[in-house]
Amino acid sequence: MHAPQAAYAVQADGLVKRFGETVALDGIDLGVRTGTVLGLLGPNGAGKTTAVRVLSTLLTPDSGHATVGGYDISTEAHQIRQLIGLTGQYAAVDESLTGFENLLLIGRLLGMERSEAKARARELLAEFDLSDAGGRAAKTYSGGMRRRLDLSASLVGRPRILYLDEPTTGLDPRVRLELWALIRRLVADGVTVLLTTQYLEEADELADDIIVIDHGKVIASGTPAQLKAATGTQTLAVRPSDPSHVATVRAVVAELSSTQPEVNGSLVTAPVSDPAVLPAAVRRLDDAGVVVTELTLRSASLDEVFLSLTGHPTERNEAHSGAA
Amino acid sequence: MTATSATAPQTRGQAPPLSSRVGIGEGIAQSFTLAWRTVVQVRHNPWELGDFSIQPIMFVLLFTFMFGGAIAGDWQSYLTFMLPGMIVMNMLFVTLYVGQGLNTDLTKGVFDRLRSLPIARWAPLAGRILADQVKQIWSIILVLGVGMVLGFRLGNGITGMLGATALLLAFALAFSWVGVVVGIMAKDPERVQIYGFTALFPITMVSNVFVPVETLPGWLETVVDANPVSTIADAVRGLMLTGAEAGPIIETLLWAGGIAVVFAPLSVWMFKRRT
Repeated sequence: MHAPQAAYAVQADGLVKRFGETVALDGIDLGVRTGTVLGLLGPNGAGKTTAVRVLSTLLTPDSGHATVGGYDISTEAHQIRQLIGLTGQYAAVDESLTGFENLLLIGRLLGMERSEAKARARELLAEFDLSDAGGRAAKTYSGGMRRRLDLSASLVGRPRILYLDEPTTGLDPRVRLELWALIRRLVADGVTVLLTTQYLEEADELADDIIVIDHGKVIASGTPAQLKAATGTQTLAVRPSDPSHVATVRAVVAELSSTQPEVNGSLVTAPVSDPAVLPAAVRRLDDAGVVVTELTLRSASLDEVFLSLTGHPTERNEAHSGAA
Repeated sequence: MTATSATAPQTRGQAPPLSSRVGIGEGIAQSFTLAWRTVVQVRHNPWELGDFSIQPIMFVLLFTFMFGGAIAGDWQSYLTFMLPGMIVMNMLFVTLYVGQGLNTDLTKGVFDRLRSLPIARWAPLAGRILADQVKQIWSIILVLGVGMVLGFRLGNGITGMLGATALLLAFALAFSWVGVVVGIMAKDPERVQIYGFTALFPITMVSNVFVPVETLPGWLETVVDANPVSTIADAVRGLMLTGAEAGPIIETLLWAGGIAVVFAPLSVWMFKRRT
């Protein structure tokens, strides 16, 4: 009945969840291919956490249907709980217990023998670089250490499917990079990951596929490259080494792009849709005797994509400055 | 995939077949595992026991020496009258720790983690209640110990004392569900204390714990007699001092059963709504 390697580890059709008047999920469809990372991207309050809570059996949807590892969320929740690991937005560890005891507790709850649970706890502490802190109460841990402990707690049972709900929110950039490396290692080991994030950069870095949600609805989906290609044009940027050539450059770029280029200092930029403009620009500038220090054709950033999809920017900047 | 990696998931071949439900035995084992948390917490921080011991000791001393003479003529006789009731009052207040611990787990997200595990749905709640029985036993020993240092004597011997302890724990188990309800309702752990204290203080005061009912106006006597705290205090007094009386003991057990029947399902229902 359950194929060992189904194409989709997690599949949801038309999930709806209301809290009183608020519609948190308004008919979400999604699929996480086995062994890949799906990035669920959206601003605060878009419904990301609700989606994770439904798919990890913590909430029952009002309507819709979903399977995890081939098991139905409404009738086979107990089986699903044996397959998944969950790391929430806050580090859900018992602060008065040591790191070691936190992991031991989970191991024992999962039915491991005491010696097995202890061995597993030590193994994970070593893997997550927490061996030295393992004997200290979790309340003495730094933010990054707590997240690592939290992540290792969700891995005690060697889950095949892992939910990471905003795993790096509120962490400083260095710790985020550390966590990204850990997540990549998990994926290399064959874990399927559903990752929610409000950081476009994070989805771009980690996800094989991205679903953008806003107000409980899927507003776009695809690979990071597809999303960028589908919504954003590309940007041609030229900077002459001699600032007096700006006017010439502007004229060339205007002709190639058929738009009014933007001039910012000596940098001339314009949106273009045909990648062939790049060699053309090189030839025309060379003919005009203009030497350039910068000549690039770059894809729209996911930030721009996000803005064009949702009509409002992410809270990214505030979140970053708040964390720093 | 390397076979030695700590993070590698189990492949289907190695994994035991998935079970479809949790057995009662497993659920009980899981509750005990969760209760173990509290024991470890106390071991890490023994002062926590000291923290919640100060108030009961203060109450025993205060009532014995400040009010004892005025109420009973001399503090020695008042101590004998009041101490069993004081133990009852303390038992009720300690059940608030269930709510406080539960609320901490809810607000810190620990409960989400527990509920995402393949364990019995009731194990996290039961584990909390079980864990706090350790604190109950400690607080009974504490108040009784302080009383005995001051001269309280067990008129009904060790058996009576053990019977009283068993009855108190039985009632505490049932009343803990009230603590659970408060723990789910409150926004944060501090509020659990505020709500709990506000409710429990009048209930324990308007009882026969501190004063003989004969001194009260008639209408108040009716209220006090109907108060289950008076009933338990009577039962515990009997068991500790003069000999077990079936009436109050049976009534106490009925109250315990009634409270459990109402508040256990209520808390499970509220719990589902909150999460």
